[in-house]
Amino acid sequence: MLQIKVLGPGCANCKRLEQLARQAVEKLELAADIEKVTEYGQILAYGIMSTPGLVINGEVVSYGRIPTNQEITNWLIAAQSEAGLS
Amino acid sequence: MNSEKLILPSPRRSSWQLPALVGLLALLWLLIWQQLQTLADWLTYTLIGLQPDTRLGQSINFFLYDVPKILLLLSGMIFLVTIVRSFFSPERTRAALGGRREGIGNILAAGLGVLTPFCSCSAVPLFIGFVESGIPLGVTFSFLIATPVVNEVALAMLFGLFGWQVAGLYLSTGLVIAVVGGIIIGRLRPERYVEDFVWQIQVGQQGGVTYKPTWDDRIREAGHSTKEIVSKVWPYVVIGIAIGAVIHGYVPEDFLAGIMGSNTWWSVPAAVILGIPLYSNAAGVIPIVYALMEKGAALGTVLAFMMSVVALSLPEVLILKRVIKMRLIVIFIGIVAVAIIFTGYLFNLVIG
Repeated sequence: MLQIKVLGPGCANCKRLEQLARQAVEKLELAADIEKVTEYGQILAYGIMSTPGLVINGEVVSYGRIPTNQEITNWLIAAQSEAGLS
Repeated sequence: MNSEKLILPSPRRSSWQLPALVGLLALLWLLIWQQLQTLADWLTYTLIGLQPDTRLGQSINFFLYDVPKILLLLSGMIFLVTIVRSFFSPERTRAALGGRREGIGNILAAGLGVLTPFCSCSAVPLFIGFVESGIPLGVTFSFLIATPVVNEVALAMLFGLFGWQVAGLYLSTGLVIAVVGGIIIGRLRPERYVEDFVWQIQVGQQGGVTYKPTWDDRIREAGHSTKEIVSKVWPYVVIGIAIGAVIHGYVPEDFLAGIMGSNTWWSVPAAVILGIPLYSNAAGVIPIVYALMEKGAALGTVLAFMMSVVALSLPEVLILKRVIKMRLIVIFIGIVAVAIIFTGYLFNLVIG
């Protein structure tokens, strides 16, 4: 099960990123838990200031921009296969 | 399973195609730019058949010339600004500001405030991130003042309607206000007014990822934000220019010299106070103000009004209420408003 977190106080960009992440997960038919993190302390705990941020299995993969569909898909596949190995 | 094999190469066009497309569009842009007046004249006087010396003719011509002109300028400007900003990030700015003293720190912060890509919803995490890494509050405020003052939409419109001198004047006074405002706030021991929880937040270390965009990425991003911003502001531009066109054609010359001229002492503070609650219409306000200036309003008054519309937007300032006490917000608005009023008088004195 992948743990996906979308970091952002809830602006338009954050919502867009969450939507993209959901679409990518659905398309790949992965088992994933998508959580929105809106609390500032928690966002900053990841060491980023510019939202939206994307965290997959505890690792910040992108922040301060909306990544493309392709990028998200690649990260998800990589994280999935990494989890499968261990 | 080998994870590396699973990372598919993203389908990208070869690297010359996008830059070539940009070059082509730039050429087209220039071509239209040069023909704007001819086009507007042809539309107004030949196609619609109005007379150049009538009020209606003047109004319609003003509208048909300025709408495409401003939209062209806006798209070009936003595209360029996004490309430039793709070389900066809040994280890098924070690193550059770390350990700077008052003065140099404020100047650097104001400059970086203009160049760092930043959306208002990031204001709070950015504020906390700056404070936690030991950047003085005065320096942080220089950054926060500069960011909205020097707004690319306002700059593009000033450039298009008033020319590069006024746009440059606006940019430089905006920077000065950010530097001076930040220094003054820094002297007021503002730490007292920061909410307690801010000091307790633990800012993590960002490990691995640094995003290194390629030129294709920068161009794509710039194209995207151009489309997004222009599609958001164009109705304001059209409405603003329509009102401006009516003023241009129908209001008599020097009509406003009495109320908004440089000899009326109260017009500058009145313009600033009026500008604070107006925000979303910044794109629409500038063409109206331009038409007012033709009718005798003084440049200093007009600049002060635009700065207060763009720089002091209540909703954006109030976002900071999450991290600083109302007292500091009021001080912040007060200092910036006074600085803008001062600038207005200065310009009326020097130019008016």
